Amino acid sequence: MSTDVRDRIADYLAKFFPVTDLQDTDDIFKRGFVSSLFAMQLVAFVEQEFGVTVENEDLELDNFRSIASLERFVTGKLAAPVAR
Amino acid sequence: MTDDEKTIKCVVWDLDETVWDGILLEDAEVKLRPGVLEVMRTLDERGILNSVASRNEHDLAMRKLTEFGVAEYLLHPQINWGPKSTSVRTVAEAINIGLDTVAFVDDQPFERDEVAHLLPEVLCIDSLDAERIPDLARTQPRFVTDNARRRRVMYQADARRTEAEQRYEGTSADFLASLDMRFSIAPAAEVDLQRAEELTVRTNQLNATGYTYSYEELDAFRRSPDHDLYIAALDDRYGTYGQIGLALVERGTDAWTIKLLLMSCRVMSRGVGSVLLNHLIRTAAAAGVPLRAEFVPTDRNRTMYVTYKFAGFRDLGGTGGVQLLEHDGSDVPEFPPYMTVTVA
Repeated sequence: MSTDVRDRIADYLAKFFPVTDLQDTDDIFKRGFVSSLFAMQLVAFVEQEFGVTVENEDLELDNFRSIASLERFVTGKLAAPVAR
Repeated sequence: MTDDEKTIKCVVWDLDETVWDGILLEDAEVKLRPGVLEVMRTLDERGILNSVASRNEHDLAMRKLTEFGVAEYLLHPQINWGPKSTSVRTVAEAINIGLDTVAFVDDQPFERDEVAHLLPEVLCIDSLDAERIPDLARTQPRFVTDNARRRRVMYQADARRTEAEQRYEGTSADFLASLDMRFSIAPAAEVDLQRAEELTVRTNQLNATGYTYSYEELDAFRRSPDHDLYIAALDDRYGTYGQIGLALVERGTDAWTIKLLLMSCRVMSRGVGSVLLNHLIRTAAAAGVPLRAEFVPTDRNRTMYVTYKFAGFRDLGGTGGVQLLEHDGSDVPEFPPYMTVTVA
């Protein structure tokens, strides 16, 4: 399950970054290629691809900065009991 | 002009019996209608764009438009057999403007009704009234800035960029690097104020607070010892984007506060919003004060919230619809390697 999440994230990022050398823990924001549009697309991708809602309090760099942190965030979201 | 009647940003023209007298596919000869090119030029000089929505044979009509000297004034002309409402919507989306800033000119009541019915925000005009379009209050912007005069040329450069981007085989990051972008940040001078006001009025999506300031207010901020007003411009190998970013910082004793941070939608994919923000973070960090930012959520500006959060700002919560974010000055971001940044 979690490797599937990881692969879907890595595939998505491959459209934006030269990922042949992108390691799971590499900070994509430190690599500099992050526009406001990309940031919004990344948030929308996470919401649509995995059917989760990204709340304002989830919008932390630590949830989005690398393949590993995105995987951790998405897996946590999917495991959390649905509110209401 | 009431508040909900916005300045027109683009006029979309029908061709047969509107731009020219006659019907291209039926008549042996069509003639450019007197006054039409002059109206287009007048609008163009005011920074109002021209486009086309016509049911016609595309290549034939484009050749005629070129022959009449009209083609160079047009952005994203839609010449096809589909409904005009679809064509008008396509133009608005291609230019990235709201339908409530679009006018549509056609001689046929049926076509005007079809557009008015499906796109009620669009201003529909009878071709008989075409010569009076420049006299409408909605086609008379308060200022005509240098940026406005160059708007069509800049949008045409944008169209070439978009085409190049769609053809580009590599990643988005590689494409951005290939643009040779040059971004400059400078304190706003008096000559920049009309453009600064225009930016606050025209920008909705990438405006963190939605505050709009008049020329006079901006001039006061520019002179104030307690404020910094920055204006930013972008150029690349396809030409200039003009002045596309604005930031207003209030320098308090305990903290500096970003009252306004906005970017033209045209540069949303270029990463320059973060660069301007990085400059503010670095300046505040160098002065040893925390940097705060006001954010007023609207249904359209979540992008700016994400921009702040991903730049390392914490949400301090808020009152009265204004949220406050803060950057503590640690982990100051670098400027991106794919862009040359100059700070005046």
